Amino acid sequence: MMVVTRSIGKRLTLLLAGVAALLSVLSWSMVTGLAREATQRTQDNVLAASATTIAETLRSEQGAVRLELPYAAFAMLGAISQDRVFYRVTADDETLTGYEDMPPPVPGRQGQVMFDTANYRDAPIRMASISRLVLAGDGPVLVTVTVGQTRDGVGAIAAELSQLAAIFSVAFFLVAVALSAFVAQTSLRPLNEIAAAVSRRGPSDLRPLYREAPADLAPLLNALNRLMDRLQQSIRRSEDFIAEAAHRIRTPLATVRAQAEIALRTVSGEPEKDRLRRIIRAVDESSRSAGQLLDHATVAYRTEDLARDRLDLADLVAQTVAAMEPTAAMRDIHLQVDGVPTPISGDAVLLESAIRNVLDNAIKYAPEDTTVTLGITHAAGAARLTITDQGPGLGDEPVDDLIERFKRGKNTESIVGSGLGLTIAADVLRAHGGRLDLATATNGSGGACVSLVLPLV
Amino acid sequence: MRYLLVEDNIELAEAVIKRLALDGHAVDHATTLSEAEDCLAAASYDLILLDVMLPDGDGRDFLVRSRAHLATPVIVLTARSQVSDRVGALDQGADDYITKPFDFSELEARCRAVLRRRGGSARNEIALGPVIFDLLAGTLQRGTETLELRSREIRLLEVFARHPGQIMSKSQLMDRLFSYDTAVTENAIEVYVGRLRRRIDSVGLRIETVRGLGYRIEIDAA
Repeated sequence: MMVVTRSIGKRLTLLLAGVAALLSVLSWSMVTGLAREATQRTQDNVLAASATTIAETLRSEQGAVRLELPYAAFAMLGAISQDRVFYRVTADDETLTGYEDMPPPVPGRQGQVMFDTANYRDAPIRMASISRLVLAGDGPVLVTVTVGQTRDGVGAIAAELSQLAAIFSVAFFLVAVALSAFVAQTSLRPLNEIAAAVSRRGPSDLRPLYREAPADLAPLLNALNRLMDRLQQSIRRSEDFIAEAAHRIRTPLATVRAQAEIALRTVSGEPEKDRLRRIIRAVDESSRSAGQLLDHATVAYRTEDLARDRLDLADLVAQTVAAMEPTAAMRDIHLQVDGVPTPISGDAVLLESAIRNVLDNAIKYAPEDTTVTLGITHAAGAARLTITDQGPGLGDEPVDDLIERFKRGKNTESIVGSGLGLTIAADVLRAHGGRLDLATATNGSGGACVSLVLPLV
Repeated sequence: MRYLLVEDNIELAEAVIKRLALDGHAVDHATTLSEAEDCLAAASYDLILLDVMLPDGDGRDFLVRSRAHLATPVIVLTARSQVSDRVGALDQGADDYITKPFDFSELEARCRAVLRRRGGSARNEIALGPVIFDLLAGTLQRGTETLELRSREIRLLEVFARHPGQIMSKSQLMDRLFSYDTAVTENAIEVYVGRLRRRIDSVGLRIETVRGLGYRIEIDAA
């Protein structure tokens, strides 16, 4: 029993979509990080410039540190957002001007701008501070200028960029999913084409599959062809085996029969002759059964994948009659053929075997010096080959029983038969969309009248 | 008639040869295809009986190979009863086929049918005094008068013709005339002999009843 696991197509699509999702999230987070970084740097630069501008105005005047707060220093901060700006200038930890409660700056080397983030008045702020030595009266004084700004505006820009990035990522993801599905389908197409090519074939078509296939599928195709080859060899071997077996069984039987027949001509005692006749009968019986069993097997095999050749039923009848004529002549039975061209479609070998089996019965059961007629008529889209003999007829059994396998009529004891003949004929006709009709001849002889009905083409 | 039998089973071959010899035919026997080729190179035959499965190959391949330069009619002996096999044999140039085991009367009937169909130079005649019995055509000829016989009449007359002056028992006639899948009474023989007697009377052949023993053919000296 085949266990179906998840389809390769779906798996491939899901895998590709997963990768796309991962990439989307990664790219979104990268863009968001970069945006935050970029806005941060912009703010830092402006804060640094602002602090530097203020620090530049520091000078010593009459022993005290002086400074101016240039308008530009704050105007440039206003240019990037409407955030609140704080500042503080300290000289040796003493606040000269600005917000005294601002968080203390990060200590750094002289002239170097230091940045820090802190909370001030319930809001996160970014601060830039720069220290400078100013020569005042008593000596150098370390003056630190700190400029701070809330981060609302910067955050908003970053958020906006991040949102934009998110929209792009989702769009990218959706496109990627669609592409994945398409890719999965496209890459599986050669596989589906091979499957279709195999299933289009009839059951007996075991030729290797020659077709263009991607290199990846070559191993599969090769394995498939090797399997077909093995299958074909195995079928051929069993056919050879059947032929060989038939040969090995029937050749000794033929020898026995031939010897018995010669003995029959040389012995004179009636009891001995009778014994020899019984031997011959038994040989005939077994070889006939074996033959019809093989025929029956062949019919079963061939009807599974029926050939649909254009045939003329009259031709088939003529051929079969020609082959049976010597057998009929031995009993002085005349075969009278009344055929018209009749186009039908089917397997010539099977149809001939059906006709032969019915005709064989007629010749076997008909009395000597009589006529068996084979007539073809057309009616209602069907061809009807009627084989009528002047034999004992079908008896009063239900006619359907006679078609059953190994079933023989009650009035046939003295004649060699296997009971498979009509079964074979009926099977062949059924496979061709026709049927076998059994009736009693209407010509007054009481003989059998077997009709092979086939659809006309 | 000169036959070539290609059959590797010695016992079957011997039986066939013996039986055909009883009917007055000369039979050469080959057990392999190469032997058969040697025979065909050395002599000419009226008919070839060819087994399909031989030690050195398939009889049907031999048929295909030699069909182009071989005018002799061929009857294939096959053990297979599969229809495809029979058709195959005919397609490959056999004139007829017969499945093993076969009834000798049927083999003869088929040989005769093939020889008649092929016409050609094959002649198989027996002189019964002034009457020429042509076994292939199934005719009796006396002067300008020709009588056509039916299949069983030919076979019955052949038995008498091959044993002129001998008494043939009913049971001998029966074995010669009927295949064994039909139950025949000795009365039937009487009926057939009676019928043949009436038919051939017109050309001056007579069948005499030897009471209690059988029948014997009499040939008019004239």
